[in-house]
Amino acid sequence: MTTIGHPIAETVRQDPAIPFDVERVRQDFPILRERAHGKPLVYLDNAATSQKPQVVIDTLTRYYRAENANIHRGIHYLSERATEAYEGARAAVARFLNAAEPREIVFVRSTTEAVNLVAQSYARPRLQPGDEVVISAMEHHSNIVPWQIVCEQTGAVLRVVPINDAGELVLEEYERLLGPRTRFVAMVHVSNALGTITPVRRIVELAHGRGVPVLLDGAQAAPRLPVDVRALDCDFYAFSGHKAYGPTGIGVLYGKAPLLEAMPPYQGGGDMILSVSFEKTLYNVIPFKFEAGTPHIAGGIGLGAAIGYLTGIGLERIAAYEHGLLAYATERVGAVPGIRLIGTAKEKTGILSFVVKGVHAHDVGTILDQEGIAIRTGHHCAQPVLQRFGVPATARASLAFYNTRAEIDALVAGLHKVRETFA
Amino acid sequence: MSDLRELYQQVILDHNKNPRNFRRLEGANRTAEGHNPLCGDQITLYVQIQDDVIGDIGFQGSGCAISRAAASLMTSSVKGKTRAEAEDLFHAFHKMVTTEREAAGDPRALGKLAAFSGVREFPIRVKCATLPWHTLRAALEGKGQKVSTE
Ligand SMILES: Cc1ncc(COP(=O)(O)O)c(C=O)c1O
Repeated sequence: MTTIGHPIAETVRQDPAIPFDVERVRQDFPILRERAHGKPLVYLDNAATSQKPQVVIDTLTRYYRAENANIHRGIHYLSERATEAYEGARAAVARFLNAAEPREIVFVRSTTEAVNLVAQSYARPRLQPGDEVVISAMEHHSNIVPWQIVCEQTGAVLRVVPINDAGELVLEEYERLLGPRTRFVAMVHVSNALGTITPVRRIVELAHGRGVPVLLDGAQAAPRLPVDVRALDCDFYAFSGHKAYGPTGIGVLYGKAPLLEAMPPYQGGGDMILSVSFEKTLYNVIPFKFEAGTPHIAGGIGLGAAIGYLTGIGLERIAAYEHGLLAYATERVGAVPGIRLIGTAKEKTGILSFVVKGVHAHDVGTILDQEGIAIRTGHHCAQPVLQRFGVPATARASLAFYNTRAEIDALVAGLHKVRETFA
Repeated sequence: MSDLRELYQQVILDHNKNPRNFRRLEGANRTAEGHNPLCGDQITLYVQIQDDVIGDIGFQGSGCAISRAAASLMTSSVKGKTRAEAEDLFHAFHKMVTTEREAAGDPRALGKLAAFSGVREFPIRVKCATLPWHTLRAALEGKGQKVSTE
């Protein structure tokens, strides 16, 4: 049996009693030793994509160096090894989300593809004109547009749950929107633009009370919080490998087995069939029914390594460390004159969106970049959120567990420089 | 740091703070909208053109300091110019912000617009500086369509 992930991934498993050692963790991420514009790199764009630990990089290298073969079809040694590694990664993801079985884990390209798959394969055949799909006002475009498309195709209607001035979902409005025509709920777990953690357990409970299934967009949540899909009882859960310290081009769709089984394939091709003739094609069992063609094998295995690494540290400790760092950042950044924080939910993760009075976010980004500080500026693929707050763009610093208080101090110093430049 | 000071020259900071011709032009006979989806910059340009001469020009919208100052300085510098002269300025400006310092020629020929010579060191900001100019071209061509930098 091939080990999934690097053996190192197991040795870093830290005793929960030992305090989180950020300096030690930073050693695992070679890119953090890079410089940008001659300054030490301060990477605060983790919500866009996270950096990769050495174990993920090594796993990808080793796969291509020693294990590369196509999977599920070769009878030779390498193919068997690659298949084992890939399926081992699937099992690791299942454990990571506490899914009941690995076959509930469909490997896709990204969160985006996962949402599209559910919209087209689950929702589309079930939606009638006048039926309703409920989303929130703080969705990423990837959890808006696939639903707009399916609504256009079926005559269903999109209903949007509003958020309050802090950027929190208005639960009473959500309850009110759940009506006799509601057929599906698709909701973000952690907002990428605001950092808000939505009350997902309650969201699912209320929907299920009316027999409505729920998809949760976990692109930002899965790398930041412990996620237990069985405790949440959600029907679908989606996240992206590249935001969870894994490779790009690989993502995960969790779906409850009976739902996945009842769904038609999303794409046709090799691997997703049992037998093909021109008269009749028999589809494969789940999850393979949804994985047409040669998948991103290296990506899947790399994601398995990332998950091994994350669980080695422990998501509880990651969440706790990031929470402390967010509190520090909120206080320090919030104290810079002229800064307005956008997204001040009580329950939030390490995402800090803000605007600087009199300075466009783009100019903030350029000045910080010259200091070696990487943040995101713009609308963060969530234009409706920014419209809600009446700003065309924000600057966003998004934290990871390898960020330090010293880096927050560098950000604050950079913001003072912004203010000086535009004084 | 010196790069930054070259980008945010005093003229640019001044025009960002107090943009000239920042108004809707009632008598405009040409308008166009420009949009930079990457950063949300958005500009509406109003041009009054008579006998091939830009008689008056104004703009509105929101954007970063570079695009705002670029719109302000552009409107100031093309007012009273013929269409062909404005087109020449566009090309000279475009060349200045997109080509190597040596190849770009003497920026002083561009007058106040030379303040944007530092933009070439910031490739992702070039679109901010050229958005008003692309919008001007659209307005002069009279197609009235929306231009986008993407
Ligand atoms: C909340 C949220 N959902 C979905 C996505 C889309 O992820 P991907 O581009 O990896 O498909 C993102 C990425 O920014 C996100 O933050």
